Amino acid sequence: MKFISKYRRHKGALPILIMLALTGLGFTFSAATAAPASNTMSASAKSTLVEEGQTIFLKGCSSCHGLNAEGGAIAPSLIGVGAASVDFQVGTGRMPMQDMSQQAMRKKPVYNDEQVAALAAYVASLAPGPASLTNEQITWERDGNTADGGELFRNNCAMCHNFAGQGGALTQGKYAPTLMGVEPKHIYEAMITGPQSMPVFSDKIITPEEKLSIIKWIKAAESEPNLGGASLGRVGPVTEGLLIWVFGLGLLIGIAVWLTAKAR
Amino acid sequence: MSKELEPLADPGLPEHIHRKADIDPIAAKRAERQVAILFSLSAVGTLLFIYSFFFIKVDQFIFLPILGNTNAHQLGIGLGMAAGLFFIGIGAVHWAKTLMPDQEVIAQRHEFKSEPEDRDAFVKAAKDGAEAAGLGRRPLIKRTLIGAAALAGLPGVLMLRDTGPLPGKELEKTNWKSGTRLVTDPGDRPIKASDLEVGAVAQVLPELLPGQKRTLEDIGKDAVLLIRLRPAEFQLDEERLSWTHEGIIAFSKICSHMGCAVALYEQTTKHLLCPCHQSTFDVTRAAKVIFGPAARPLPQLAITVDGEGNLIAKQPFTEAVGPSFWERSS
Repeated sequence: MKFISKYRRHKGALPILIMLALTGLGFTFSAATAAPASNTMSASAKSTLVEEGQTIFLKGCSSCHGLNAEGGAIAPSLIGVGAASVDFQVGTGRMPMQDMSQQAMRKKPVYNDEQVAALAAYVASLAPGPASLTNEQITWERDGNTADGGELFRNNCAMCHNFAGQGGALTQGKYAPTLMGVEPKHIYEAMITGPQSMPVFSDKIITPEEKLSIIKWIKAAESEPNLGGASLGRVGPVTEGLLIWVFGLGLLIGIAVWLTAKAR
Repeated sequence: MSKELEPLADPGLPEHIHRKADIDPIAAKRAERQVAILFSLSAVGTLLFIYSFFFIKVDQFIFLPILGNTNAHQLGIGLGMAAGLFFIGIGAVHWAKTLMPDQEVIAQRHEFKSEPEDRDAFVKAAKDGAEAAGLGRRPLIKRTLIGAAALAGLPGVLMLRDTGPLPGKELEKTNWKSGTRLVTDPGDRPIKASDLEVGAVAQVLPELLPGQKRTLEDIGKDAVLLIRLRPAEFQLDEERLSWTHEGIIAFSKICSHMGCAVALYEQTTKHLLCPCHQSTFDVTRAAKVIFGPAARPLPQLAITVDGEGNLIAKQPFTEAVGPSFWERSS
């Protein structure tokens, strides 16, 4: 105690106290927010899938989507969106949202596969909607056709997701995300549910076989090596132009200065 | 005229300052070595090019910081050729700047006009030649030559005709006629209204008649985007509302600004965005331009259903699709 009273008027005392307070607050907060996840795990042991999903929903989703998934001022209704929508949004980490920005982005999923399945079962129990899929059901390697997929992709997807599936900008901060490294089932679910800005691609417009072809083309584009040298993000003339304008012209200007400098 | 105004005296050349290499043999030797090193680097670059060309496999990849996985074959070829050319140039400039003479030398210009004797001789030779050819005595040859030379210029002018013929009314017409079925692109399948759920889009083209072929020009004018909304979301006048069917609305996909394919549809905002210049169209208000350089809304295609429930065009487009042109009537 003597030690504390000795240093309490030290000029470093206040900053240290503030740091300690902030750290303590941070740990308390993370402990508080981590609690729901561990609670749901114990609940899963004694309740059915739908009830478990409802429990997760009430804790993790209802503050925005409403206690009965009816939606609210800041979040849409989830009645009738189907299990596929939940599997896509939660399985890719887009939901729950990190912040109220223009668009939910792909990140490390908050819930594990069983929890996603439970949430999907709960949302599907509210009203019928597209069912969620597993990667085994998406038989793109067997039933897809890369050439057809390329044509379909250029006609239906390339305008937003870029001709090489790298993604692109939309209006006011929204964007079409890159398709590289996305699980086949998530690509399929996105096409049938139309998440966020993306429109729906109905099965009669793009048949299930055609959807598999699109996935096969995306996977082919993903594994395509950059035989031509550095890809520069595969977004076309913008990065190429930027590179040559900044580095190419910079080099030329440097050489011009050196050429005209008087030798000593 | 004031007598004080004297022309400026010629300041002459600035005093010549010798470079280090001019006075110090050690510096000269060093400069010589530097030039030799630069030329050798160029040789190494060329050898790297040859080595990469023959001995690095085209699908060999190496990992580089920042660049990531990079094709070693292309990298070697590119770096080798760049070094081969770059260091020859750099070496030559360094050579010139350090070792070659740097005294300023005045080169006097001479008159461009030839000597009078040469000029007279040329005129005489030309006259003698014309006399020998006998053009004055043989008017037939002279006239036919003039005629042939004048005609020879004509093909050059005539070939300009290949830039035509003028399109006439072609730009105003598309293959959409009253009753043409809407089919998917690609796939050519007819579409029923029930095939589209709310929020769904479809890229469509007019159905081909038997024996008809679709050209790129056709697709460039006929491409249409089909969007389904909730009917309550439309803010259309009576006529335009009658052009939709159960919330399904059809627009020409060709931007009214520069003709890019406008198909970036944001389902949440109901905005259509053109990827080329960011013109933004509000689908709920008949593709009204709400942002960007486009001057007109996208032309709307009136649609309805036939007896089998397939979506068909009610009537052709009422205006020319795509960007403006001089003869455009609307």
